[in-house]
Amino acid sequence: MQIRPILSTLRHHKLTAILLTLQVAFTCAIVCNVVFMVVNRVHRIGVPTGIAENELSVIRSTGIEKNENAQAQHAADLAALRAIPGVKSVVAVSYSLPLNQDESTSGICPSKQALDRAIQLNSIDGSGCLEPSVYDGTPGLIDTLDLHLVAGRDFRPGEYVTQGKPPVTIITRALAQHMYPGQSALGQSMYDGDRFIRVVGIVDTLLRPNLRQPGVDYDSMILPQLPDDSVVTYVLRSAPQDRQRVLAAAAATLVKVNPNRIINPKRMQAYSQIRAAYFQRDTTMIGLLVASTLGLLFVTALGIAGLANFWVQQRTRSIGIRRAIGATCGDILRYFQAENFLIVGAGVVLGVLLAVALNLLLMTHYELPRLPLWYLPVGALVLWALGQLAVLSPALRASRVPPVVATRSV
Amino acid sequence: MFGYYLDLAWRSLKRTPILTGLMVLAIGLGIGASMTMLTVLHVMTDDPLPGRSAQLYTPHLDPLPLDHKRRGDGPDASDNLTWPDAMALLKAHRATRQAAMAGGSLLVRPGRTDLRPFYVDGRYATADFFAMFGMSFEHGSGWGAADDAAGARVVVLGETLARKLFGGADAVGRTVRLGDSDFRVTGVVADWAPQPMFYADASVKRYSDADQFFLPLSAAVDLKLDVNGNFSSWGQDHAETRMTSPTTTWLQFWAQLDTPMQVAAYRQYLADYSAQQKALGRFQRPPANAKLYGLMDWLAHENLVPNDVRLQLWLALGFLFVCMLNIVALLLAKFLRRSGEISVRRALGAGRRDIFVQLGIESALIGVAGGALGLLVAQLGLWSIRQRPDDYAHLAQMDGAMLLGTLVLAVLASVLAGLLPAWRACRVAPALQLKGV
Repeated sequence: MQIRPILSTLRHHKLTAILLTLQVAFTCAIVCNVVFMVVNRVHRIGVPTGIAENELSVIRSTGIEKNENAQAQHAADLAALRAIPGVKSVVAVSYSLPLNQDESTSGICPSKQALDRAIQLNSIDGSGCLEPSVYDGTPGLIDTLDLHLVAGRDFRPGEYVTQGKPPVTIITRALAQHMYPGQSALGQSMYDGDRFIRVVGIVDTLLRPNLRQPGVDYDSMILPQLPDDSVVTYVLRSAPQDRQRVLAAAAATLVKVNPNRIINPKRMQAYSQIRAAYFQRDTTMIGLLVASTLGLLFVTALGIAGLANFWVQQRTRSIGIRRAIGATCGDILRYFQAENFLIVGAGVVLGVLLAVALNLLLMTHYELPRLPLWYLPVGALVLWALGQLAVLSPALRASRVPPVVATRSV
Repeated sequence: MFGYYLDLAWRSLKRTPILTGLMVLAIGLGIGASMTMLTVLHVMTDDPLPGRSAQLYTPHLDPLPLDHKRRGDGPDASDNLTWPDAMALLKAHRATRQAAMAGGSLLVRPGRTDLRPFYVDGRYATADFFAMFGMSFEHGSGWGAADDAAGARVVVLGETLARKLFGGADAVGRTVRLGDSDFRVTGVVADWAPQPMFYADASVKRYSDADQFFLPLSAAVDLKLDVNGNFSSWGQDHAETRMTSPTTTWLQFWAQLDTPMQVAAYRQYLADYSAQQKALGRFQRPPANAKLYGLMDWLAHENLVPNDVRLQLWLALGFLFVCMLNIVALLLAKFLRRSGEISVRRALGAGRRDIFVQLGIESALIGVAGGALGLLVAQLGLWSIRQRPDDYAHLAQMDGAMLLGTLVLAVLASVLAGLLPAWRACRVAPALQLKGV
């Protein structure tokens, strides 16, 4: 294969070739970064919560009588909800659940010394203290959510409190490791500013109501604290196919137990809806990013094919001459393929550099992580393949130009 | 001549329908995507109160202690005012009109038995609120300064809520039970929902529905009504005392300043007030930290456009750029291929300029077709955005200016894309080409 004649032809179409190269380069740069964003978002929306997501339904009740006895009301509600056929278990929580965005956090230190350090720094950063999300609920929370205790025990009935702060807690494995690196957290006493809280159990995974950074997203703790407000959230566990029926029955049951409440239909959800709502922006974004990637590749492929088509038409006569003096069909085919390979190759080299530059720009403005380098050769290969595919049909047409064309005047 | 060029362009495009279709498709997709996102950005950053926004300002003080650190993801405590500061600014009366305010969500218990209790959003404000923002009363009026001072249990209803509670009847003088207290209706205002809700706290949805009730801030503080928004405290404040505490910010404050002189005087007043508070030992930070934002400056400062939307806009513009490169390459190939035809025209006396204009019109024709396709694509894109559950989604509509803008952008883009190819083509040497024909 002779490269030199191709280069000398391209020299005649310098501007057009440069434009096509640029198009390939920008497509390569954008597609590499966009695919990287898609992968990031797919990771983000796949984050495990640690609970039995497809078996849970959630319903929020807002009592409208100010002076009602919240405890008695919750107990009556729970008993009635438990009696609904299909409900395996039910608990009441104040408001927090993983990914439902109703978050309560608390500054907690592994020891009193750490708190003093935090006060001295006027910041919890670097003091050893952390800010975990706090979950509460009625007895049975661990089992209803299907959390896995990896050490220690569940709360005992006597440990639940309504007012004030409970003296014991169950924390996640992540929080245990961040709070007491290199030692066992079980049995340790954490300090929250005015009292100690003893760790009696450790659960495997429990995600926060709001995501922060990946490193601290699983820093959660559970307190044996009973909801004590007229606004309360009930979590029901049932078989996945029963969820809609159970939710409807639960709403009816709650109104029957006490009609003086508001049940907002928007706050009556299967847990999967809570998850979908949390990541709705990401799902939209993924759809958009994928569509624009496909659009870009499509336009670039059309550009390559369109231009190749044009060149084939333009060079019909010279192709005929080449055929007449002994070039085979294969030679002509390979000629156009090689030409495309060179143009796309130049574009890809430039595109890889642009991709890195674009990634640096995005990192400063949109907190995107660094593009892993292996995206670049993959992106380059994809564009090369796309180029070859796009040029195939015009090149085949060129290869079928009969030698006799050379003898005709244009 | 124009008609002739148009005819030439049409013939030329008809000769290569696939290539022309390709170019129209490329520009249509690029323009459609860009205009969708530009429209979203346009409606999100639009002036919420045209004609009035230039006179509205929001003062900001910095009462935070020197060693106060803002939590990375937390709200800025100095975005809002404390109760004592807001009251001092109100009493000083340095602006034409001024009002302190905060959002709230209250349970309405309708007197009618066929309506269940429900929650509505509204605002706790001071007397000038209505006149300052230019709200129009359907019935009755607002309340006076005396009601503010007394914490009177009065309320102004939005039209929708008034109709829901009282049907067609005049609501003025009637009583509404909000939360656990009765309020006397003094007026009904036409529904009023500036987009974005520039005067609301940063933590609430800013592109949402209209406020449906307005009641005196002093009454809300007396009754300790729930507030929608951030309470940022840096002292030892408890839920019971935080509303009137000097170390908790939660109030928004707006002032109407009609002349540049008034604005300058108000700025000076804020600095003087801060200096005075610093001398008294209440403020620790320099008085120059006190700021006065105009309405549009404040919205820019708040940066309401989500990062995702910005990213989508850049993506769309990048897409348009690649489409343009594509079109430049295709037009170049197309025009150069017609060197023979161009040479004949040149030999027959057409100047370079004539060729340039002819080819320019051909590109513009592609632009018009691409713009029409782009409009369709953009309408489809905006429709899909309206299906999103985001609070700004319902705003995603094209107005006349954006419609026209789409076409102009499309023609501009295609003419721009045609410039280089046309310039190259009109420099073809006629003699050389004619020999070959």
